[in-house]
Amino acid sequence: MTEAEQAESGAVTAPAVELHAVHKSFTARRGTVVALADVDLTIERGEFVSLIGPSGCGKSTLLRVIADLLQPSGGEVQVNGKPARRARLDQDYGIAFQQAGLLDWRTVQANIELPLELHGVDRAERHARAEELIELVGLTEFARHRPPQLSGGMQQRVAIARALAESPALLLMDEPFGALDEMTRERMQNELVRIAGETGAAVVFVTHSIPEAVFLSDRVVVMSARPGRIVNVVPIGLGARTDDTREAPGFYAAITQVREALRGLPVPQTVEVGVSVENALRNSAEGAL
Amino acid sequence: MRVRTGRWAGRAVLVAIALAALGAIWEVYKDWGPTDGVKLFGERILPRTTAAAMPHLADIWHAFGKPEIGGAISFGSTNTVLDSVVDAGVHTLRWAAVGFAIGVVVGMLLALLMNRLAVFERALMPYVVLSQTVPLIALAPLVAKWGQGWSFWDRWMSVSVIAAYLAFFPVAVGMARGLSSPSAVHADYFRCSAAGWWQTLVRLKLPSSVPFLIPSLRLAAAGAVVGTIVAEISTGLPDGVGKLILDYSQQATGDPSRLYAAVIGAAVLGLAAAAAVTVVDLALWRYHRGATSR
Repeated sequence: MTEAEQAESGAVTAPAVELHAVHKSFTARRGTVVALADVDLTIERGEFVSLIGPSGCGKSTLLRVIADLLQPSGGEVQVNGKPARRARLDQDYGIAFQQAGLLDWRTVQANIELPLELHGVDRAERHARAEELIELVGLTEFARHRPPQLSGGMQQRVAIARALAESPALLLMDEPFGALDEMTRERMQNELVRIAGETGAAVVFVTHSIPEAVFLSDRVVVMSARPGRIVNVVPIGLGARTDDTREAPGFYAAITQVREALRGLPVPQTVEVGVSVENALRNSAEGAL
Repeated sequence: MRVRTGRWAGRAVLVAIALAALGAIWEVYKDWGPTDGVKLFGERILPRTTAAAMPHLADIWHAFGKPEIGGAISFGSTNTVLDSVVDAGVHTLRWAAVGFAIGVVVGMLLALLMNRLAVFERALMPYVVLSQTVPLIALAPLVAKWGQGWSFWDRWMSVSVIAAYLAFFPVAVGMARGLSSPSAVHADYFRCSAAGWWQTLVRLKLPSSVPFLIPSLRLAAAGAVVGTIVAEISTGLPDGVGKLILDYSQQATGDPSRLYAAVIGAAVLGLAAAAAVTVVDLALWRYHRGATSR
């Protein structure tokens, strides 16, 4: 998309994600379960936001609502200034899950080319883009390998490269490093910070690791369970991330802050259901250093 | 490639050993088993060991070389039983192949239909299962009658239709299973990628169904051969293995080794059909679960 086109569609100015009073309930045999209640959240372009919270807090549900894999029961979801469904059909976001979800019968290269193939990009362009991405995720020597021959971390890199294939303005990640060992995980986090910086994509990252959320994010959104809602938004001001960041005092301070926000659950009555971003920012600012 | 060749050689040796063991059991029982067979609670569970019931393997082997003596199939005096079996086998295999092809196409279409709409799966699956509980012998004369009204219809076509009736079932069931085998994460990814039904089918569902389809095809191939032979017998179609078995069984009181020769011919046909599927299997190695090498 050229800049002129982007300006025309208003995509340049619209936030990456805008959620207004999003509500999601599932009707099960034993009654209705409220998975998300009154979620308000705005994610700016190029911003890295993590969703963290205990199991069942609806963080994955929220991600799936943004991805238009689930329809919200109420409220409004805008991605790139468009309704979520339009954004999905227009491929405004790339997505990676906890399982890499690669096609075992395709080579690494062909897996990364898959989304381009699905959307009718011609062969030469596909090859060029895939090679670029393979280099970006450091798998040049493995372009001809098939997923079963790769380690979990390598498979996840392929999945990330695939998610980036169409240069989306938004990357949705549902615990992508959840199944990796700690060492691989930290290396992948470094990579992701670099990749997000290089591509300028906004990222919504679901995790239940506090250090991971803090290391990666510009803001950490803390959620609580039953009903799933946002109880706090912690801004992280760590600047450029390096391996040293993990040992910086500011890193630990931010971890403590997120941990306290999580431990404070269930939220005292003073915090209203459906904290707006502004409220949440104020709350977290009070607790800041 | 070398690893694969080694694996195939190993498998061939195993098959040879298994065949040899089977032959040895046959001969040992034939020579040392009770003449009247083994009975349990008045029911015979192992056959008599008389020459009429259990000819020596060598006799069966020699039977292939014996001259054909009239019967429905006669090609002149120079033909041996082996010639008859091979000739009948070619006919039967051809009919079975047509039946197999029809069965595979019908089975795949049914599976696609069931996969496309859950309603179809609920509506069709019981009938698919029910179809196999109808005795083939009862069905064969009906199918044979259907074709009589049409000028283009040849009798062997009825036989192929009956073979297809046996062959479509494993394909429909295996393919339906295979088409729904992609995991949730794959389905989610394709949906996120705004892939349409056709794209999802071609790039995800069909490749994922290969590991389920191959065993189904093998069953269908063997089923098509069995169906063809049964249909030949029950519709009275000449020239095939079915008719040969019928003829030889009428002569069996005099010379049972011929009947066994025909039966072995039928078994070889089934094996050949299943082996043909192996060629497809090898061509599709890429889609095997966890395939890493060629």
